[in-house]
Order: sequence, then C-alpha cells, then structure tokens
Amino acid sequence: MKFTISWLKEHLDTQKKDNELIEKLTDIGLEVESFENVSSGLDSFKVAKIINTEQHPNADRLRICDVDIGLDNIVKVVCGAQNAKKDLLTIYAGPGSIIPKNNMKLSVSKIRGVTSYGMLCSESELNLSNESEGITELTASKYSDKIGKNFFKSNTEKVVDLSITPNRPDCLGVRGIARDLAAAGVGKLKKISLKNKKKIRSQKIKVSITKDKNQGCTVFGSCLIEGVTNKESPQWLKEKIISLGQKPISAIVDITNYVMFDLNRPLHAYDADKIDKEIIVRNSKKNEIFEALDNKEYKLDNDMCVISDKSGVLGLGGIIGGTRSGTEIKTKNILLESAYFIPRSIRKTSKLLNIDTDAKFRFERGIDPQSIKLGLSKAAELISEICGGKISNFDIQQTDKHENNKIKFNISLFEKITGFKVNDNEIIKILTDLGFEVSKKKLEFDLKIPTWRPDITQPIDIVEEIVRIKGYENIETLQPEKTKIKDTLNAQQKLFHFLQRSVASKGYFETVTWSFTDSKINKIFKENLKEIKIINPISSDLDVLRNSIFTNLTFYLKKNLDRGFKDISLFEIGPIFKGSKPGEQLTVVGAIKSGKISRLNWNEKDRIVDVFDAKKDVIQTLVEAGYDRQSFFVRDKSPSYYHPGKSGSVYLDKDEIDPVAYFGEIHPNILKKLDIKTEGLVGFEIYMDYLSENKTKLKDLKANFEYSDYQKSERDFAFVVDKSVRAQDLIEIISSIDKNLIRSIKIFDVYEGENIPQDKKSIALNVTIQSSEKTLEESDLEKINKLIISTVETKSGAKIRS
Amino acid sequence: MSDLKKIKDEYLNKLDSDLNIESVNQIKTELFGKNGQISNSFKSLGSLPTDERKKFASDLNSIKDELQDKINSKLQEIETQEINSKLENEKVDVTLPEREFSRGKIHPVSQVIDEISSIFSEIGFSIEEGPDIENEHYNFTALNTPDNHPARDMHDTFYLDNNKELLLRTHTSPVQVRTMLNGKPPFKIIAPGRTYRSDSDQTHSPMFHQVEGLHIDKDINMGHLKGCLNYFIKSFFEVDKIKMRFRPSHFPFTEPSAEVDIGYEIKDGKIVIGEGDKWLEILGCGMVHPNVLKNVKVNPDKYQGYAFGIGIDRLGMLKYGISDLRAFFETDYRWLNHFGFDPLDVPSNYRGLSR
Repeated sequence: MKFTISWLKEHLDTQKKDNELIEKLTDIGLEVESFENVSSGLDSFKVAKIINTEQHPNADRLRICDVDIGLDNIVKVVCGAQNAKKDLLTIYAGPGSIIPKNNMKLSVSKIRGVTSYGMLCSESELNLSNESEGITELTASKYSDKIGKNFFKSNTEKVVDLSITPNRPDCLGVRGIARDLAAAGVGKLKKISLKNKKKIRSQKIKVSITKDKNQGCTVFGSCLIEGVTNKESPQWLKEKIISLGQKPISAIVDITNYVMFDLNRPLHAYDADKIDKEIIVRNSKKNEIFEALDNKEYKLDNDMCVISDKSGVLGLGGIIGGTRSGTEIKTKNILLESAYFIPRSIRKTSKLLNIDTDAKFRFERGIDPQSIKLGLSKAAELISEICGGKISNFDIQQTDKHENNKIKFNISLFEKITGFKVNDNEIIKILTDLGFEVSKKKLEFDLKIPTWRPDITQPIDIVEEIVRIKGYENIETLQPEKTKIKDTLNAQQKLFHFLQRSVASKGYFETVTWSFTDSKINKIFKENLKEIKIINPISSDLDVLRNSIFTNLTFYLKKNLDRGFKDISLFEIGPIFKGSKPGEQLTVVGAIKSGKISRLNWNEKDRIVDVFDAKKDVIQTLVEAGYDRQSFFVRDKSPSYYHPGKSGSVYLDKDEIDPVAYFGEIHPNILKKLDIKTEGLVGFEIYMDYLSENKTKLKDLKANFEYSDYQKSERDFAFVVDKSVRAQDLIEIISSIDKNLIRSIKIFDVYEGENIPQDKKSIALNVTIQSSEKTLEESDLEKINKLIISTVETKSGAKIRS
Repeated sequence: MSDLKKIKDEYLNKLDSDLNIESVNQIKTELFGKNGQISNSFKSLGSLPTDERKKFASDLNSIKDELQDKINSKLQEIETQEINSKLENEKVDVTLPEREFSRGKIHPVSQVIDEISSIFSEIGFSIEEGPDIENEHYNFTALNTPDNHPARDMHDTFYLDNNKELLLRTHTSPVQVRTMLNGKPPFKIIAPGRTYRSDSDQTHSPMFHQVEGLHIDKDINMGHLKGCLNYFIKSFFEVDKIKMRFRPSHFPFTEPSAEVDIGYEIKDGKIVIGEGDKWLEILGCGMVHPNVLKNVKVNPDKYQGYAFGIGIDRLGMLKYGISDLRAFFETDYRWLNHFGFDPLDVPSNYRGLSR
C-alpha cells in the first residue's frame, strides 16, 4: 500500500514529523517497507557536453563522441546525428535508462565494432517534441553550468510503502491508516467533508441482483452522472495517481482509483450509453465469454459473479470490468458502481481465471459493506467537479443488511494474555478511536465492531487491538523457567545425531540436498518404490520426491568431480520417500566415496576405493552406535544399483528380516549412464528406521565387566574350501564349537591360484583360545584343535591344508 | 699385596682407554679366566699363613669387586655408544608429511540445529519432529488458515496431488498440531526440520529449514514469549546484550502475533549482531490462536501459550557470515569444507556452543 505523507494528512490532523509517523506505523503493525522517492525513471537523463568527436572507422554516417557527463572520466558514445559536434550541450542517457518514446532499455553495446556507453537523445525520443532530426541542442546560457545534473526536475514527494497483512483490508486505504495512527495517539482523524447536494434526478438504469445459489454480490449501489466531459486529470489528481506508482489515464478512471486508495472503496464506472437496458448481477454460465479491461478474453465457468446487461457479461464483479462498457475520453454518461462482493466468491473466481487486480485484492480481504454510499458520494462529487455532469440519486440493491457484529469482551483476558495491565478508560479510548462502540458492564465490555474490520470476530482479536496500539514494548520480559517436561531427545533422535557425527568422523563431508530430485536420476535408484511426482515442481529437473539418498549424492558428486576433485567422500542423513502420504518416509544415511586412498602419498602405495572401504565405514558406524559386531550378519544381496559381485547387506542379527544397511561398489553401468568419471565409487546406506533400539542400556553393559587372567593360546589353520564357501560361514562354524573357549577368530589370508585346485580357495585363520577357569594344558589345546579341524571339514567340506 | 695393587692399577688404567667389546672380554679372561690373575690369586690363598690370609682375602675381594664393576660399566658404556651410533644412521627427515588422514565435516545447518537444540534444552524444551509430506488439514486448516484465506497466498505450496490435499509442508507448524493432538498439555517443544515453498531466487530456496517452538500451559503469556526468545537469541549469537524489537504482525495461527527484529550494524562490511541502529527481521511468533487450540482438542479457556517459527538457515548465515542461502544446498566440496564443522565439535551448554 503506497501513499504520501501529505495524502495521509488529508485524513490525519497531526503535528508529528514524518519519521515519527513512520516509526509509529511500524509499532502498530503496519510495517513500513520503504519511505523514499519513487524513481520516475527520468533521473537517468543527464545534461552532457560533447568535448570531442571523431569519425567511426567502419561507418561513414557514425561518429564517436567523447562526452562529459560530470564524472571524472569521459564516456564514449557512438552517435549517428549530423548535429553531434564538439562543444554541443545535449542530453545523455546512460546504460540502464529506458527511452520514454519506445520503452527501450539501453545497455552497453558495440556499434560496428566500437563500444558505445549509452546514447545521446533526440527530443522526440524523450517525448519533448516531435523533433527527431538530430540530438537535442541545449542552450549554453541555461545549461553550461549544469553538466552532469538531471535534465528532468523531480518534484515528487517521498512515498510510504506499507506491507499490509491480509487481516487488515481497512488499511488498504489511506483513511484506515490515518485512523490507526489517530488511535495510537499521533493525531486526530479528520471528518470526511462531503457536499451531499440534494439529488433530484433519478437513476434510470434498472439494477437487480438475482437470487442465484452462492450469489457473490450482496449489495449493489449505483448512480448515474449525465453530461460529463471526460478529460485529463488535474495536476493534484495526477500526482496522487503517480505516487501510487500508477499511470494517470483519464479523470473518470483516475477518480475511481483515487477513491479506492483513499477510502478503500473500489468503484467501477460504466459508459452508461453502452449498457443494454439494465444491469443484472447474476452467476455466469459455463463458456460465457467476455473481454476484460486487461485486453484479455476470458471464458467463464458456471457460478462466477458477473455484472451483465441484456446482451451479456459486462464485467466480473469486484474483479475486473469489460471493454464493452468501458469509459472513454468521449464518454458522456456514466453509471457508477459501488458494491459489496463476498470474499470467498472473489477468491474462487480470481483463482480459477488467474486474475489479480487492486479491486480483487481488496474485495478478497473484505471491503466495508457500509461504505457503498460514501464511495458513490465522494466519486460522484469529484466527477461532477472535474468533468461536470448531473448526479442522480443513489440506487441501492441489497440482499444482506450487513449489520455490525457484536462481541462481549471480558476485561481480564487482556492481562491474562499479555501479562500487563491497561486501565479500563484507556482501553475504551483505544477501541473507540479504532471505531468500536463500547459500552461497559462491570467486568465486561459490549462491543459493536466497525464493519471495516472483518478480521475481528472474537475476544482474542480485541486483546491484539489493545496491545498493538498500546505498544509491544509494554510487555515485560520474563526469565525463562528451566523446568523440563520430558527428555530433550528420544532414542531415535539420539541415534540420528550419533550416526551423523559418526559417519562425518570417518572423513565424509555432510551435505544437505533437496528432498526432491530429477526423475531421470531417481529412476536409477528407486528400485521398486513408487515415483512421487510434484504437481507444480520448481523446474522440470526437480520433479519428484527422492526415493533414494543416492540420486542427489551422485548428481553432486559429478559436479565436484567436474570441478577437479578426485577423492570425494560425501554423506547426507535425511528423508527418502516411499509414498505420497504423511509418514511414508524413511530416514536414511547415505554415503559415497570416490577415487583413491593415499593418492600421491610418498610412503604409502595408493589404491582405488573398494567394497571393503565401504564395509569398514558402515560396520564401524554401526558398532559405534552401540550395536554388537558379533551378531551382525552379512548377505550378498543388495539393490541393483550396486555392483552385483561387490556389494552386500548388513543385518543386525541372522534372524532379522530387514537389512539395516547396504554397502558396496556402485554399478559401473550407472557411472556410465550418469557420465561419472572416477577410478572407483563405493557407497553405503543405513536405514535408521530399521535399527532397533538397543535392548541393553550402556549402563547395564558396563556393569558386566568380566575378563580372564588365564593364559591364552593362538593357533593358525589353513582350510582349502570351495570358492562358494563364505568366510562368514567358516567363522560361524568355528565360533559355535565352544563359545567359552574360542575368544576370537581372525582371517589373515585368502589365497587362490597355484597349488590350489581351480574351484577352491584357501582361507587361513588365527584362533585365540582361552579359558576363564584354568590354564589350558597342551592336551586340552590339542583336543580343541582337532575338534576345530573335524567340525570345519564336516560342516563346510573343507580340507585342512598341510 | 703390592702385586695386587699393581694389577689393579694396571687394569683400571687399561679399562679407561678406548676399547671395543672384544678387548674388554680379553681383559675379563686375563683377570677372571681359568688362569686369570685374580683367579690365581684366590687359588694361592690356601698357601698363606692364617694371620695373613684373612687380610689378603679381604683385599683380594675388594679388588675383584672393583675390577668387575669397572668391566661391567665399561661394557655398558660401549653398548650405549654402539646403539647411539647405529641410531645416528637411522635418522629420517621428519619434515616429510605424516601419514594421510581425512577429516569429515558437519553441515552448518546440522550444526545450527544442534546449537538451537542445546539452548532450548537448557530451558526445558524437548524436540519433536513431523513428516515432510503433510496434508492440507495439518498444514493449513487446523492452523486456522482455511482455503478461502488470502494468507494461503503467502505460502507458495508444492502439491503432490491434483486435489491439493497432499503437499510438502510449508512450515514446521503442523508439528504443533500433531504434538498437541497426540498428547495432553502442558507442551514445551521445539520442532526443527525441512520446509518447502515453490519459490526460488537469490534469497529464497525451494527447500529451507525452520524451527518451530511451542509452549502451552495454564498461564503462559506474552511476557514468557519475550523472555524465551530473548534468552534464545542472546545464547545463540553468544552476546551479552541484544537489542530486540517486537512488532505487531499477523499470522492466522497466532493472536496477538509479532515479528521480531534484532539490532545490528555493519562493521568492515560484515554484519555485527547485537547493537547498532539497524533492524533485521528474524522470526515470527505469537500467542497460539484459540481456534488452533480448539482444533487440537485443547481447551483455550484453561490453557494458553505461545508459538514461534525461526528460519534456521538464516540464523546460520547471520552467525557464521554466510552470504548466499542457495550455497547451503549446492554441495560444493570447497564450501562444505570451509563452512562445515568438525564432527567432534558437538555444541553443548557446558563446553560452549561454538569454539
């Protein structure tokens, strides 16, 4: 909402300085976005002097001018005008200026190979005259001391721009703002002066509001002004319209606009001679067509509120008028409309047709239904003053009386909500100044709510009115209490933070990427999850919710590889989506690692990242998060985007159904498809939702401190097994032989090749044996040795290597 | 006796000279070997008269001890020398780089969420979360923002179905609704998380982070709201003094509503939070609207309280001097490395929020 201080003062009697008024506006909830001179766009035209010219090397008719524009350095401008010569005073437009004649925006450009910074203007280009031959010549006597100054004088007043919240339609007019300021004690609200001459003529055009279902119009006021001469607006009116950031059009249009911004009372003026017999306010029928004042043709749906005559639709009520009945400079007779439209109806229609106008903006928020006559009076008087014409009486068609709402306000509520007290008389004054009618009954007020405040419906709204006018600075700052109702974090949240920092501590950079992604990349990683489309994506390559964390990670990995990084470790912890309903999401940690380990290292040999790097990181993270490594179970199944032979899944326990994590090398085909160029790429995913809460708490685990001081022995074994036998199976077989004696098993060598049959491999293990009851004797060790060999041989078909 | 003294002096002298291990062992044999001089002297003890024998034996023993000590210390000395000279040859260039280590980083958004959680934990708030996908009811209607309300236009919503029933939450406020529907008052929670609006330019990003706050009890008023936010802002920016301004505003789900500005100034081209005569809007808040309480089955005549919503990314930008919001989500390795935090840097009350 824009206005000037002088306009405000037409409604507010005040001695306050501008900046005090500005501060007050913000204090009472009318946020000031800016208070500054509106750039008319004309301040980029400077008085300039040509100090030298030379012939353009590539064009006979062009000259290169050195121009003094009052700055330290001289600018070079290429000019085709014959009168461009040394010492000429003229008008210069710099890059960025908009030429009034053709609305062309200037930029630095090359003309036949020579760079030109801006342009020297002709009178016609500046709309000063029709003289288009040559550039403007300014007289030296008047302009020689003005080089670098603006050519156009600006006498514009500073404009206040308020950001009005949607609950305050009343402040979409200057008068409403003045009322709020008056209530806040910075002045007095002036009375509106109207002549209200007696009107003898009658309004001859019949108006009716049909009883359609959900009729969007409840009041339609009109008056006829006959014998007007439409013309250019007088200067004072033009200035007001310009200060709103709008273009003056004609007196009649400008007046209706002015009244809208002054009183927040939208009006519409019809050329009465173009109306076919009568005005009918009715619901539209499907496929009715009308051409609006924005020069667009609209095809209507059923049940939109239209103003029509016998021939068809004239306008969309409260939204936009039509070209058929629009006023022109030659218009003689005017029908002026002042109506009330129901916000819901306005909102629905304008959304469907995608129209936004100042009137729509206001009706949608709620216009004062009791301002019908005021609007007609004010506009009709101005029209007859400026354009002449005789005003008819007012015809008011009404299906709803729109009486003031009433509420009871319990005075104690104010202190209960705000924590401080305001005395009753002050409350009464504030509310009265805001337009409420107040009658006090012991501890309660009976309030009649002004009809321009549709936002006020219940006692809490009254609290807000009082506290905002009284000032938020009166609210005390109370020290926060430290009492806790429950633990800050629950188990899942603790786990989240733990996993996050655990993965980061292994050298991964955490990233945060969009929850949506490119469906083309998502397809690669979505497996059998449903694709979840966004109906209105921000761009076509962010069109679905991600089904996997890897979609964005691989996308950004590529970007970083393209930046020249090679060894990249990235991870994200966040949601992936399984469905489009609330809660159909999982929290996943996804991490990827590319390139080499120990690249360009003087004392360690480099190697490409491999599946066991990913496995180490995922297992270590799970162990650090408190899960027992001994019970983990790894299967070689994994999603299709992993290398089929170099990937796996981790289960917390052999019996678990859902894996908690996947790890492995990313499928080489995917690297090709995504054009990712790296020596190696591995990754892992941890599904937080499948990580069950640890049953035993750390404090219970710690209490179980047991150890054995008896001597431990180590024995090495090498078994030759089928290639299909998994290391995990061998370890399981051995460890289950005697859980009391076998303390740990380490695989220290895996060998395939010479001396071993083609379909076999050799696995060498180191087994630590220790009793918690005694020192084992050689015979005990021999016994367990033999048992290990025989059990492994029977259960896995292995042969001990001799 | 004089013979013994002579032997002793002779050998002590010898042992003082520069010797290797072999020569020391040679000396050892000469003295204590089968036919060594000292061994022989012991053998001669028996032939001495009784009165002399005792004195001689005692002298002999002390000479033997002295020589043996000398030999041992000489041997040790030589060994130490040999080790030292060997180590001298093993010298490496310690200025060569250490073995490779890699250091991970925590994203500033995560770090700031941890900082915020730590601060609110101190004053009794617990953390709640809600789904990223919401339905129209939880995101708008239950929050007193019916479909025909122009306030909906302030949220550019991403929809997941043509009926506009399912959407990406535009704010964290639906967590308020879910929390209150699933529990009984009092409520004292914050809810950080991802939020979405179909808005993208220099200062807006289609995804951003908010933290919602909610405190509902029997007598929580606007004074508590002011106190809570004042405490939070001071703690977060780690300053003693902060200029704050509560400005009336409007949100459908709170009434009265306020926007909060904090004072700042520009020093050497950088924003300094706290003092200064410029205002920066950082959050919206207010007393939870009675309609919202009714919608979640909390009796507004018995319970009341406040709610607030803060942009997490923006807080991080202000605190850590990050100028571009969009960079948060662009995964530039250089940016992550520069603005990221060490994983060991866990914000906490007793160790301090930030280093």
